[in-house]
Amino acid sequence: METLGKYFIFLGKLFVNTESFKTYFKLTIDEAINIGINSIFLVSLVSFFMGAVTTIQTAYNLISPLIPDYVISLVVRDMTILELAPTIIGVIYAGKVGSSMASGLGTMRITEQIDALEVMGINSTSYLVLPKILGALLTYPVLVIIAGLLNIAGGYLAGTLSDVITPYEYIYGIRFEFNPYTVTFALIKSVVFAFLVSSISSFKGYYTVGGSLEVGKASTAAVTQSVIAILLADYLLAQLLL
Amino acid sequence: MIRVENIAKAFNGKEVLKGISGTFEKGKPNLIIGSSGTGKSVLLKCMVGLIQPDEGFVYYKTKEFTFASRNDKTEVRREIGMLFQGGALFDSKTVEQNVMFPLDVLTKMPLAEKLDRVNFCLERVGLQGQNKKMPSEISGGMQKRVGIARAIVNDSKYLFCDEPNSGLDPQTSILIDDLILEITEEYNTTTVVVTHDMNSVMGIGEKIMFLYQGHKLWEGNKDDIMHSGVKEFDDFVFANKVMQKLRK
Repeated sequence: METLGKYFIFLGKLFVNTESFKTYFKLTIDEAINIGINSIFLVSLVSFFMGAVTTIQTAYNLISPLIPDYVISLVVRDMTILELAPTIIGVIYAGKVGSSMASGLGTMRITEQIDALEVMGINSTSYLVLPKILGALLTYPVLVIIAGLLNIAGGYLAGTLSDVITPYEYIYGIRFEFNPYTVTFALIKSVVFAFLVSSISSFKGYYTVGGSLEVGKASTAAVTQSVIAILLADYLLAQLLL
Repeated sequence: MIRVENIAKAFNGKEVLKGISGTFEKGKPNLIIGSSGTGKSVLLKCMVGLIQPDEGFVYYKTKEFTFASRNDKTEVRREIGMLFQGGALFDSKTVEQNVMFPLDVLTKMPLAEKLDRVNFCLERVGLQGQNKKMPSEISGGMQKRVGIARAIVNDSKYLFCDEPNSGLDPQTSILIDDLILEITEEYNTTTVVVTHDMNSVMGIGEKIMFLYQGHKLWEGNKDDIMHSGVKEFDDFVFANKVMQKLRK
């Protein structure tokens, strides 16, 4: 409970004694490039293969001749939009971006760079963390959209090249009884997950005490706690919004 | 001038500072000395607001700082420059960007003017032409000098140095000490230096405060060192072989 209270106080500090808009704008763009653009390759690679594997495994399980082939792509579509793109990519995002945020801030803490900011009269929490959170909020939904598209594209290529489904049936299944709300739901999840990963990881890094060993521990804790938060939020959002 | 009044601080029940009072004067280096673990750095951090003391007050001129509002503290802090033990330079920024940082964030100075000021400060610490280097590409002594340039770039009225000579060879230490002394006299800053290096004490100790187990045991200047009359202080000063020979 004490840590939870400290976390909320930490979040409150983001909005007091702030610097100019121009300063945050520049820092947010830098962070968006650092944590968003630099994650595209990993996210794309994982999504493409996840889509391919999902298609093949769904086809492998649907052996009844009564079930039409387009159900394969329908399953891939719903799994992708509802879970694979926002949640599984969120877990990967926590591993890549969360650990980087925590270790970066942890190193700044132990080398007194955060103290240097405070002595200059700069609110280090706001200056260092707010751009990271904004950068994540801006870029993670875009990563989720890219992941969703590549997931479906990966499924298409794997399904058609291995002859488990025809291109026509795949496209038909993707479009069959499509509910646009699932995309809205995925984007809501992406915003929530981006906030959780960036704020929890920053919190763990910011309050690192000790040396390089503790930076490593903070980084590991950031990933573990971000993943747990994602899974809990995933369940709560599904209950609330579906 | 900075005045501290009855500063006390404990961590997990262990008292680190026990009622420290004193003044730190303008235009001369004020040294806080003592063995490791006596609370020197904690006192310094209490003075700049990085640690909140349990009791006592810190005054900048007549302004009370310790319990001031965040905005009032920020106002005072913007007149403070600090040199950290490890330099605390921002790894991802070049030497120039590090020195320019306080101007970028705290002022609305045009770029050309900021560059002039940065170049002036880098020249002042003997690092002209090193602008584009990264902190990892320069030596420890140069990092300290960049730290000093960053601390004075904003025309700081107060300069705090936390063990400026740690990890440096004797020659570079003297260079850093001389630089601190020159800057203090030239800009008439109130400079507070935490150190346990006797070379620094003998070199720039215009005003010295000796801490022992959280207490202030002695106060004076480098000329008074030889006849302090305080056993703990003598033990600290004459632990050094050179100082022992000097006494003989």
